[in-house]
Amino acid sequence: MRELKNIFFAIIFSAILLNSSYSAEKSPPFLETKWTFKGLFGKFDRASLQRGYQVYTEVCASCHSMKYLTYRNLAEKGGPEFSEAEAKAIAASFEVTDGPDSTGEMFVRPAKLSDKFVMPYANEQEAKAANGGAYPPDMSVLVKARKGGADYIYSLLLGYSEPPEGVELDDGVYYNKYMYGNKIKMPAPLSDDLIEYTDGTKATAEQMSKDVTNFLMWSAEPHLEQRHKTGFRVIAYLIILTVLVYFTMKKIWSRVEPKI
Amino acid sequence: MSDHEYTPSSKFGKWFNDRLPLLTLANHLTDYPTPKNLNYWWTFGGILTFCLITQIVTGLVLAMHYIAHADMAFSSVEHIMRDVNYGWLLRYVHANGASMFFLAVYIHIFRSLFYGSYKSPREIIWILGIIIYLLMMAAAFMGYVLPWGQMSFWGATVITNLFSAIPLVGESITTWLWGGYSVDNPTLTRFFTLHYLIPFLILGLVVLHIWALHVPGNNNPVGIDIKKPSKDTVPFHPYIVIKDAFALLMFCIVFALFVFYQPNILGHADNYIEADPLVTPAHIVPEWYLLPFYAILRSVPDKLMGVVAMLSAILILAALPWLDTSKVRSAVFRPLFRQFYWILVADVLILGYVGAMPAEGLYLLIARVATAYYFAHFLIILPVLGWKEKTTPLPLSITEPVLGGSPNFAAARSDEKIEKTIK
Repeated sequence: MRELKNIFFAIIFSAILLNSSYSAEKSPPFLETKWTFKGLFGKFDRASLQRGYQVYTEVCASCHSMKYLTYRNLAEKGGPEFSEAEAKAIAASFEVTDGPDSTGEMFVRPAKLSDKFVMPYANEQEAKAANGGAYPPDMSVLVKARKGGADYIYSLLLGYSEPPEGVELDDGVYYNKYMYGNKIKMPAPLSDDLIEYTDGTKATAEQMSKDVTNFLMWSAEPHLEQRHKTGFRVIAYLIILTVLVYFTMKKIWSRVEPKI
Repeated sequence: MSDHEYTPSSKFGKWFNDRLPLLTLANHLTDYPTPKNLNYWWTFGGILTFCLITQIVTGLVLAMHYIAHADMAFSSVEHIMRDVNYGWLLRYVHANGASMFFLAVYIHIFRSLFYGSYKSPREIIWILGIIIYLLMMAAAFMGYVLPWGQMSFWGATVITNLFSAIPLVGESITTWLWGGYSVDNPTLTRFFTLHYLIPFLILGLVVLHIWALHVPGNNNPVGIDIKKPSKDTVPFHPYIVIKDAFALLMFCIVFALFVFYQPNILGHADNYIEADPLVTPAHIVPEWYLLPFYAILRSVPDKLMGVVAMLSAILILAALPWLDTSKVRSAVFRPLFRQFYWILVADVLILGYVGAMPAEGLYLLIARVATAYYFAHFLIILPVLGWKEKTTPLPLSITEPVLGGSPNFAAARSDEKIEKTIK
């Protein structure tokens, strides 16, 4: 019987090992960085989120949409937490088409807090035509839509290099060791000092990658902080209740049975 | 139901109970004599009821905000996640709730397999359970389609395409299921309707399942018939209620860890990409709880035979009460069966594992061997074991082994020795 159990666990263990070596063949391990949003009390780094928004809007937004985000989200709790005035100013710097007005005409006005993030292209076809046939994916839930999540996005942004010998690349295709198949149509988007951070942080490629990944994590999971906070309370409550119920059970069962 | 007549103490209670015996029912449920040696594997029935109710309640609220339309489903789910008050909580509880439901049902099923709970006189309970399980799979599959992500769309395409394997009418059936010539908006709306319907069918079957259970009463770890009520039983309330509550709370802690700290770990990243009929994902895999059957499906080279094998793998369970020829219920007294039981558990886990891997090379070979073994277990090993196996002697009552601290015959034997020495 014991032998059988050993065989049983040996099979499962080797299966896990086999699996990890199998996936290890396909892509190198992700770059490591410390995320503040992980763990039991994980929270976003507010300043990083604000810088991340700056990277998004100055670099990514020229090709990538974020259609599920609204300008009001920028001022909401648990996010970058810009002040309402700042969020209003950010919104007002974009133009949206509204209408029809009372004369039946469409008109252009500055965006308001209630408007969705302005899209870089009118439609998917235009986006593809402008990007050599590749559609820059919407980034609202991108972190959750990729295996490896934030680590993957962060690594990908920094994973560009010259192709190894023997790898032929077509025009407009770049080599990235973290991309599925290693070929990506997006040129390396970030380089040192590409933008100037308003808070004076030095804009290295690593810093920008980390900030924008933080921002994308928040956009994919805007209620993450509330989730962690509620989760801790729920689990603490459940544990206390479980202990109380356990002793109640002991007491009740002692009438018929000393042990359960 | 219980033998003794119940008379409510109040006058109104008596008046009401004569017209609708709800109080008699409540009395039956609280007094219901339950074997006192039930271990924690028996608490999963209550846990499953909790899971079903959780799915129905969260699903009801989600349905108020969800839009079943190919163009809007994905964004309505994002709307729930972002803008609906506690929408993220509702959706994560519902999505992880499905996984927890299956986790609990697999434990429940394997408990039944170990202690022979499917044997006479409990065949109907068992078969009702298999039907519930089938409906659960249908509900889970259709529910997974509703967010209209890439895995939703392509999972639906793969599974509905299975019906095209049926000779002659297969293509027509698939078209009929789709409501068109591919998975599209009509498919989504009908899946939503059925996804809303099935849980209530399950609820009805659960009532029958419990009703059928209350006729012979619970099986128990020793697997012998017991007198009810007797020294071997305790009333359901408060003994079993408090024990079920304790187990349920432990279960909820695990549930909460998933919901609050790893809400997406059991899902697939591709399902956060909106469905695109023109882009096929690299690997199409179902949710974890369907993987063993997916492995069986893919292990057969012929499409029709693959579908037949997959369906048989589930339906064979319905014949289990007659395939298992042993008169002894509990594996505690069946040393050989116990070993084969654990091999079967390993076999199913292996099938689940290879189901998640690409169907090629070594994985395919393992899947084929494991599939063959799965059927051999039910069709060859169990019938033969019933005749060949030498079972260890059964105790006369529960009290005998239970006094030893564990429902194990060895323990019961040592008690006998002690008694003899005392004498």
